[in-house]
Amino acid sequence: MGSTIIEKIVRNNVGRDVKPGEIVTVNVDRVMIHDIFIPFVASKFEEMGFTKIWDPDKAVLIYDHLVPASQVDDTRHFRIGNEFVEKYGMKNIHRSDGICHQLMTEAGYVKPGDVVFGTDSHTTTYGCVGAFSSGIGYTEMASILGTGTLWIRVPETIKVEITGNLPANVMAKDIILKLIGDLGADGATYKALEFTGDTVEKMSVASRMSMSNMAIEAGAKCALFTPDEKTAEYCEIELTDKERDLVGDADAEYCRVLHYQAEDFVPVMACPSNVDNVKPVAELAGKEIDQVFIGSCTNGRLEDLMAAAEVLKGKHVAPYVKLIVTPASRKIYRQAVENGTMAILAEAGAIITHPSCGLCCGRTGGILTDGETVVATNNRNFLGRMGTSKVGIYLASPKSAAACAAAGKIVVP
Amino acid sequence: MGKIFKFEQDVDTDQIIASQYIIYPTIDEMKAHTFESLDPDFAAQVQPGDYVVASENFGCGSSREQAPSVLKALGVKAVVAKSFARIFYRNAINIGLPVIVCKDLHENVKAGDDMELSMQEGVVRVNGKEYECTRLPEYMQGILDQGGLIASLNKS
Repeated sequence: MGSTIIEKIVRNNVGRDVKPGEIVTVNVDRVMIHDIFIPFVASKFEEMGFTKIWDPDKAVLIYDHLVPASQVDDTRHFRIGNEFVEKYGMKNIHRSDGICHQLMTEAGYVKPGDVVFGTDSHTTTYGCVGAFSSGIGYTEMASILGTGTLWIRVPETIKVEITGNLPANVMAKDIILKLIGDLGADGATYKALEFTGDTVEKMSVASRMSMSNMAIEAGAKCALFTPDEKTAEYCEIELTDKERDLVGDADAEYCRVLHYQAEDFVPVMACPSNVDNVKPVAELAGKEIDQVFIGSCTNGRLEDLMAAAEVLKGKHVAPYVKLIVTPASRKIYRQAVENGTMAILAEAGAIITHPSCGLCCGRTGGILTDGETVVATNNRNFLGRMGTSKVGIYLASPKSAAACAAAGKIVVP
Repeated sequence: MGKIFKFEQDVDTDQIIASQYIIYPTIDEMKAHTFESLDPDFAAQVQPGDYVVASENFGCGSSREQAPSVLKALGVKAVVAKSFARIFYRNAINIGLPVIVCKDLHENVKAGDDMELSMQEGVVRVNGKEYECTRLPEYMQGILDQGGLIASLNKS
């Protein structure tokens, strides 16, 4: 009997074969804590009686949700974080470099086959490079910081095979939204997703990242792509045989297999107020909008900003519509300036912000009120996430979002 | 005996405790805002020993441990749902809030009904009827029995 990717990663970690459903204790390769939860992690860590971090170099603290502080209380999180880093000898801290999930892969903290946990549900993102990564709460994070281990239940795997060539107006975001719509908000709960097929093989790591990022919106524990030459280039490594072997075996056991033909995909949006409420953009066309947000750990990367710029080149954002663009990291910001993308977006009337989580978590400007509509490239459209609970949030790809910004209403890109 | 507060499917962690409150320094300061967008009276009305009953996928969304923590702080005895989202489920066990899977309860009860839960027997009783619950994996029951992860770690 062969193995799925997650079974191989756990096997390599614990040193013996494992089966779905088994509870095992894994050795953690890296952890990520962000600014919202650091005060709670710090207090739980001390409440547990730990006096040192098991391996300070394996812990990363990233300020992103609250950067820069927009409320006086936010500064408390930075103070506690800075004290924690100092007291326990952590070196890996980012105070304004970008969004945690972008930085974890971009700065080389995660490699194929790693076991990584973070205090954020979108920690599933690192599956884009073939790492097993998942979100946990602050009590468990404190426990890992002290012990370097965590118990997990080995998940069953849903295989998602995509073959063929995507239409020009479809992005990876449309694929993952369609999949979430098909699976439902709990369709992959406790399970691993495994993406395969020539369509994902042709995708950039950035596109894969959009997909692994949103796997949690179907409840998934992790979402994995096989490491390949693109992964190696992105991570700036040479793949080892063990890393190359992180592929689902032909005779592996899957609890479900889904197949999609790439040519069949169309631009879609997740409509208010559930991520699995997915409809083709064509069915929503004509709805007037008030704002567009392009950014987040889902879609704030260079290829996303470039896709938006391509749509907006020579055009202008519609009157009364505000277009907010938030790069996912400082590096992306700089690259987008250097290659002219930012100039196109600025010329088109975009409000360009510093790299951070920004409006995705209802922060640092751009919140909306009752009856307003926003088209956004982030990962959640829950009630009240970007202002009042009567704001309609439509989740879309950067291409769709940019086309809507220019038209002032929902249109097919 | 406790009263049932009833919710539907896909109750997300933003609905349990919204983002603007999770940066308050303590759980006690947050708890008055529990379920604010779904049931603004919840925090004022819920009594220690009451239950939250929900349909599928309770606690989906963010990793915020404040979500089970505010429920526990308000005295909610257990959350009984058809299914739970993964991170909420782990967090609840780790802080010592019982989370019970019961497939048949939700459609047979209404808000305000009196309910009794027996963890030992693995059943809930409402309106003279008994509903069977799925038992926790032994490992998780162990953490819960000891009052959560901190107590469990301190013991070991």
